[in-house]
Amino acid sequence: MLETKDILETIHMIDNENLDVRTITMGISLLDCLDEDIEKACVKVYDKIMRSAKDLVKTGEDIEKEYGIPIIHKRISVTPIGMVTAPCQSKNPVRFAHALDKAAKELGVNFIGGYSALVQKGFASGDYALIESIPQALSETDFVCSSVNIGSTKAGINMDAVRMMGKTVKAAAVATADRNCIGAAKLVVFCNAPEDNPFMAGAFHGVGEADTVINVGVSGPGVVRAALAKNGEGKDITEIADMVKKTAFKITRMGQLVAKEASRRLCVPFGIVDLSLAPTPAVGDSVAYILEEMGLESCGCHGTTAALALLNDAVKKGGVMASSHVGGLSGAFIPVSEDAGMIAAAKSGSLDITKLEAMTAVCSVGLDMIVVPGDITPETISAIIADEAAIGMVNTKTTAVRLIPAIGKKAGEMLEFGGLLGAGPVMPVRAGSPAVFINRGGRIPAPLQALKN
Amino acid sequence: MKAIITVIGKDTVGILAKVSDACAKANVNIVEVTQSVLQDMFAMIMLVEIDKASLGFDELRESLDRVGETTNTKIHIMHEDIFNSMHKI
Repeated sequence: MLETKDILETIHMIDNENLDVRTITMGISLLDCLDEDIEKACVKVYDKIMRSAKDLVKTGEDIEKEYGIPIIHKRISVTPIGMVTAPCQSKNPVRFAHALDKAAKELGVNFIGGYSALVQKGFASGDYALIESIPQALSETDFVCSSVNIGSTKAGINMDAVRMMGKTVKAAAVATADRNCIGAAKLVVFCNAPEDNPFMAGAFHGVGEADTVINVGVSGPGVVRAALAKNGEGKDITEIADMVKKTAFKITRMGQLVAKEASRRLCVPFGIVDLSLAPTPAVGDSVAYILEEMGLESCGCHGTTAALALLNDAVKKGGVMASSHVGGLSGAFIPVSEDAGMIAAAKSGSLDITKLEAMTAVCSVGLDMIVVPGDITPETISAIIADEAAIGMVNTKTTAVRLIPAIGKKAGEMLEFGGLLGAGPVMPVRAGSPAVFINRGGRIPAPLQALKN
Repeated sequence: MKAIITVIGKDTVGILAKVSDACAKANVNIVEVTQSVLQDMFAMIMLVEIDKASLGFDELRESLDRVGETTNTKIHIMHEDIFNSMHKI
């Protein structure tokens, strides 16, 4: 029989340390829904989602009850709508956003991702119209999430798209200014976007994927922090890394089990487990607290990048053996507003946007859920996106930017979202103007790292 | 399928009897029991067979929740696989 201490450890992790499966995300291909008539296409999209995901929420809830593991979100990702809207020339793609939102509401899922365009090398038919419609789509829907991939190691960075996204992020915030600028919180700008990511707001169903697929995102910063708090005192860094690995292994095994079970019950192929430490605003469920547990006085002080690099790597090493297929973002997330420790560090001034930028070079995502002053210029947003994309492009990793311009607010004030999105202090940005650089347009050529053949 | 019932709380008279009673009423076979009392904290773990249970998993959980309320303990019932996958390679 199982060891008593192991059983009690699992129970303790769930009851007291916020162990959970963050999301079961069903990826659904919409490539068979293309139509020149946008109304017909929207009906096909709605029908396909309703048909494919009709049992998703119930299955998630059943697994949750039987296994006793909280599964926080059930989500859907779809083929980038930029492709689906391609045949519908000169029609406003926002109708697709409404079709997605309607399906999400009726199915009871928490988010639906894929109002997206992949424009790392250039705009195909449909992409331009889709990006222009993002602010409207995000302000008129509740559950739709949007992402745009503007660069990759192989393609370089599309600076025309970067310029456009600066305007789009600002416009998304302005369009939802009466709702805490929530539109911008549902919009991610990527470099090297993964095609099987189960996490929002950046999830979409890549074109190389199967017709439908189940991807699972695990979580568990609270568990890692508690393991270090219990056993970490006086240990050297090698031992700390080992503790993180062992804990990540256990968390991921749980995710793998849930993924396999969901896949079996839904008769949908299992895609990947995303080994991510995804924080929540709940006290204790914080990546920043893990870094502080390692011995930093406050997240953001010197040493933070090294501690995060160690954490990110150990999470992957522990998780990779625990799952048969690993994918998505897989690493440590550092979304400021969703992490109690990050919020505290940003408020106290210990953590600023430049330190966060350095941290993104060694973690799994990028500048995530960062609230910036409402009077930020679109060019400055574009420049922040370009900086992040450059880090991703050169390091052959995913980077993302999810900035929320807090319309009407200045540095030091707070913007409250509530729920998993949390609350964030408005963080100051540099004053110098990058306008001329951004307005040049064109493409940053792919780096030498791309030429591996 | 096998499930694991864990009971954690302050030690009082009759916890084992009440949990066993709830299992018997639901036609749940108890395969193995271990328990430990550390100071006055009580931790009991039962491996049970629920294939022939007369209640669904949900109802069984609710019935155990009620026992938890009357004995002032926290009772979980979870599929055995979750522990196997987390703690065995």
